[in-house]
Amino acid sequence: MSDVFNIDGREVPFTPGQTVMQAALTAGVFIPHLCYHPEFKPHGSCKLCTVKVNGQPASSCTLPAAAGMEVESNTPEILDKRKMLLQMLLVEGNHFCPSCEKSGHCKLQALGYELEVMTPHFNQFYPNRPVDASHHDVLLDFNRCILCELCIRASAEVDKKNVFALSGRGITKHLIVNAESGRLADTDFALADKAAQVCPVGVILPKRVGFAVPIGQRRFDAAPISAHVDEFVPVAPARQGERQ
Amino acid sequence: MPEALATIVTEVVDKHGRDGTRLMQILREVQEVHGWLPPAAITAIAAAVGWPRARVESTAGFYSFFHTQPRGRYRVLWSDNITDRMLGNMALMDAMCKKLWLEPGRVSEDGLVSVDTTSCTGMCDQGPAVLVNYRAIPGMTPERVEHMTELIRKQVPVADWPAEWFAIQDNVRRADILLDNDMAPGVALAACFARGPADSLLAASNERSWREGVHTHSQGPSATLDEIKKSNLRGRGGAGFTTGIKWEACHHAPGETRYVVCNADEGEPGTFKDRVLLTRQPDLVFEGMTVAAYVVGAAKGYVYLRGEYRYLLEPLNAVLSRRRQQGLLGRGIGGQPGFDFDIEVHLGAGAYVCGEESALIESLEGKRGVPRNRPPYPVTNGFLNQPTIVNNVETFAAAALVAAKGGDWYRAFGTAKSAGTKLLSVSGDCARPGIYEYPFGVTVAQVLADCGAADTQAVQVSGPSGVCLADNEFGRRIAFEDIPTAGAFMVFDRSRDMFEVARNFTHFFAHESCGFCTPCRVGTSLLKNLMDKIADGHGTQYDLNEIYKLNQLLQMAAHCGLGHTACHPLFDTMEKFRPAYQRRLKSLEFEPAFDLDAALSQARQMTGRDDAGAHLESAEEAAK
Amino acid sequence: MNAQAVKPKVRIATTSLAGCFGCHMSFLDIDERILPLLDVVEFDRSPLTDIKRCGPCDVGIVEGGVCNAENVHVLREFRNNCKILVAIGACAANGGLPAQRNHLDLRDILEEVYQTDPGVGHGGIPNDPELPLPLNQVHPIHEVVKVDYFLPGCPPPADAIWKFLTDLIAGRTPHLGHGLIHYD
Ligand SMILES: Cc1cc2nc3c(=O)[nH]c(=O)nc-3n(C[C@H](O)[C@H](O)[C@H](O)COP(=O)(O)O)c2cc1C
Ligand code: SF4
Ligand code: SF4
Ligand code: SF4
Ligand code: FES
Ligand code: FES
Repeated sequence: MSDVFNIDGREVPFTPGQTVMQAALTAGVFIPHLCYHPEFKPHGSCKLCTVKVNGQPASSCTLPAAAGMEVESNTPEILDKRKMLLQMLLVEGNHFCPSCEKSGHCKLQALGYELEVMTPHFNQFYPNRPVDASHHDVLLDFNRCILCELCIRASAEVDKKNVFALSGRGITKHLIVNAESGRLADTDFALADKAAQVCPVGVILPKRVGFAVPIGQRRFDAAPISAHVDEFVPVAPARQGERQ
Repeated sequence: MPEALATIVTEVVDKHGRDGTRLMQILREVQEVHGWLPPAAITAIAAAVGWPRARVESTAGFYSFFHTQPRGRYRVLWSDNITDRMLGNMALMDAMCKKLWLEPGRVSEDGLVSVDTTSCTGMCDQGPAVLVNYRAIPGMTPERVEHMTELIRKQVPVADWPAEWFAIQDNVRRADILLDNDMAPGVALAACFARGPADSLLAASNERSWREGVHTHSQGPSATLDEIKKSNLRGRGGAGFTTGIKWEACHHAPGETRYVVCNADEGEPGTFKDRVLLTRQPDLVFEGMTVAAYVVGAAKGYVYLRGEYRYLLEPLNAVLSRRRQQGLLGRGIGGQPGFDFDIEVHLGAGAYVCGEESALIESLEGKRGVPRNRPPYPVTNGFLNQPTIVNNVETFAAAALVAAKGGDWYRAFGTAKSAGTKLLSVSGDCARPGIYEYPFGVTVAQVLADCGAADTQAVQVSGPSGVCLADNEFGRRIAFEDIPTAGAFMVFDRSRDMFEVARNFTHFFAHESCGFCTPCRVGTSLLKNLMDKIADGHGTQYDLNEIYKLNQLLQMAAHCGLGHTACHPLFDTMEKFRPAYQRRLKSLEFEPAFDLDAALSQARQMTGRDDAGAHLESAEEAAK
Repeated sequence: MNAQAVKPKVRIATTSLAGCFGCHMSFLDIDERILPLLDVVEFDRSPLTDIKRCGPCDVGIVEGGVCNAENVHVLREFRNNCKILVAIGACAANGGLPAQRNHLDLRDILEEVYQTDPGVGHGGIPNDPELPLPLNQVHPIHEVVKVDYFLPGCPPPADAIWKFLTDLIAGRTPHLGHGLIHYD
């Protein structure tokens, strides 16, 4: 067996050290994901990328690829679980897409369309999460945070600023910023930061931008997210065994 | 920041060498003096340890026992395991709240006191139990509630409360090779040294670098490892991993140093045997850790002690210093040149998930107790990214016996597949709750007979994440090959409502989910809400189907064992005690998610209306 | 559609609870396609007709979330009379815009609006028994009754409504696909 595994009947080559997700995306096979980002180490928290490998469930974004693996991804059973996860994220926060500047660019929404999530299904939590409008250039609308930690990772690893972190646990887990006042304005966050660019949903939004791109012409309007697979191909060589 | 607080912070951070990985201890010690962790203290601690402030706040915000808001000078937490409930803790808590003019969870207006619940505190054989300012008090009675509220009102310091309140019973009902052991400190280590030449360690450490793996040819350590392997000792913390294999993997793993970690988090509701081992046999546990250090080549060990057992810190530290004086810890242990090892007790702060070994390691490093992605495993990349073994308290105690008396001696106890003995923490409906040590293979029925249980309906073995056994299964055996257990054994007689048992466990999991992964973070709360809905009389078959679907998702997609097992109690009880659920269900196929009439309460209050139009009948009444 | 015209017409009721009628407007945006549609469907209670109580129907289409006691009564009437109940629009599916009040305490809202607000807050909180009382929170309709189908969008585009209805009437499981399924 050479360095190839099988996903839903398709052969996927991989280089040693790549995860199943990285290899699949490189080969043009889309696997739904939210906390995975091509420029960052795998995180493994959203669980959208759940697959079955040789019959056992696994997170494809953290699982190192191995020759001969039989990976199931788009089976009815797995699609059903992914749908439930999206519905959980939708009811956990407050997602009112019509008033969200991210609409059309949002990966949560786009995956909802991709997987035909017609209803949030579960009972809404309606959490109380006040927005932070203190910063001159950036608005934080925590209502839409799906806790993927991409902003945390970007701020720590790329910007070297550690502007974001998590507090609380369980269903009360929430995003915090690096200031005694708790306000973004009192951090050294800047619009040019990597952390300002990575949010897959509509939490970290530049101010004074409204309908810059008309609805209907936004990122996921023209083609479903699965057709954007080339945008998610990992940029850095994979690093296996590294601690997350 | 007030000067007094600044002084406390400086003292504490200096004591810990301004080392961020010691953050849990720093936060606890500051809070023990100041009562809570004000924003300015977090800022100062962050500056002292050189961490971003948000990261310190992040850790402080994760643990139930750390407070970034004032929680009252007296903080009373009622242990809320089902066994405490069965002993009437809710009525006692309500009485206490009434006397103090308090709502549970709220701080009194004068900032004096708050009363709340907390996950099982490990006093199930002597409940109802409370923690007062994180000091354990078992055996609460109406009289004690009365007296305690008096003391709080008069602001008597907890240190001056009646000493007998703080007395914790061991309640050892059946002792075997572990609990009956009266080996002198150092005997197991001496046996290890006797298996190999005295100079082998030093020779090994001189000629081989740590990176290559330690002293593989040194006879003492490998001879002892052979005994551990021969004994067929398996982990007592729940997963039952073979101890010898774990130690060997760590021994071979390249690293700059190695660590031995004793998992004394004992968070599984209904489990309290590690508490008794650490009270009765601390030397055996420490000796087991030292044996492990000798085998894997570790220089440092930690005991991760759950915050609920705070009262054990000083006694354990006293044993550690005695062992140092005896030459059983420190440099050149037992006169073996090169064998340097010491142990430190680290306290947790109220987070069940920290019993999961990789979450425990994160916590030891001063972070949120979130399970890591694996691989890599702790044996290769553990504490501070170095090879680390994590074992349960009881595993180390057993390992010390094996080291002293040999693998063959040990595996003669128990069954062919489960060597040795197991400590059970028996609680619930029985005459003699407490600790029972049995050779593996004992039947559930035997345990029930020994503890004086009558008219037993069910036994929850190994806690909420274990299994619920009905009476037709009492012939089954406690053993890895039949009913594996981390030690909990909660007994329910026929007067108990098994639905309420499952509901209590569901609340536990929702409270303890670390929140890292979506299915567990959201799913455990959805489950809790569904169980509450059924309890409130609004349940339908639809809700049971929802539970079924959530279970499948958690099994498939949760990140750690907590999420995988969060549905177990619901599932077992739904299957085995169906009527407990069925009789609560409405016949309708759908009931609203919330109480419609109650949802008009605020509008009624504000308008003063109470006419028929100001109420909503239930769907059932509306259908008539 | 002509082939089906001989069959008994599909009876449809529609209503708007806590919604803005946007979904109904979008429905009318199917424009001239309403004519072939009317060959196969007839309307029961609906803002498009003048029928006040919903009778037995094949399909009930509900716009808007559940904000007050009257919404609950109407929703139950629909559920009891319609074989298939459809939630249309963001408000029916997750509370939508009206639910943006959910993080506030209703008592504070009533006080602010009717008592303290300098502009309108004079008359005190209305307590006429004719008026339906508001619920503590706004809820999507599936939290109050069982819902069979959801048609998301704020509002769903006319093409989506058309596709949905034609699928449903033809006895197919409604399927929107990319471009028609929208949350905004
Ligand atoms: C949620 C969770 C909680 C756990 N809690 C404990 C615990 O309190 N004590 C313990 O020894 N092991 C606990 N474990 C098991 C540990 O992860 C680990 O397997 C064990 O400490 C290994 O020691 P052993 O091999 O000696 O059993 C827990 C596991 C999970 C998933
Ligand atoms: S973040 Fe995405 S899903 Fe949430 S409101 Fe915005 S567009 Fe909708
Ligand atoms: S703000 Fe955005 S990037 Fe940051 S954790 Fe929330 S969803 Fe992820
Ligand atoms: S979904 Fe949008 S269009 Fe429809 S009623 Fe609600 S706000 Fe109006
Ligand atoms: S993409 Fe794999 S868990 Fe989020
Ligand atoms: S509880 Fe942390 S992963 Fe589920």
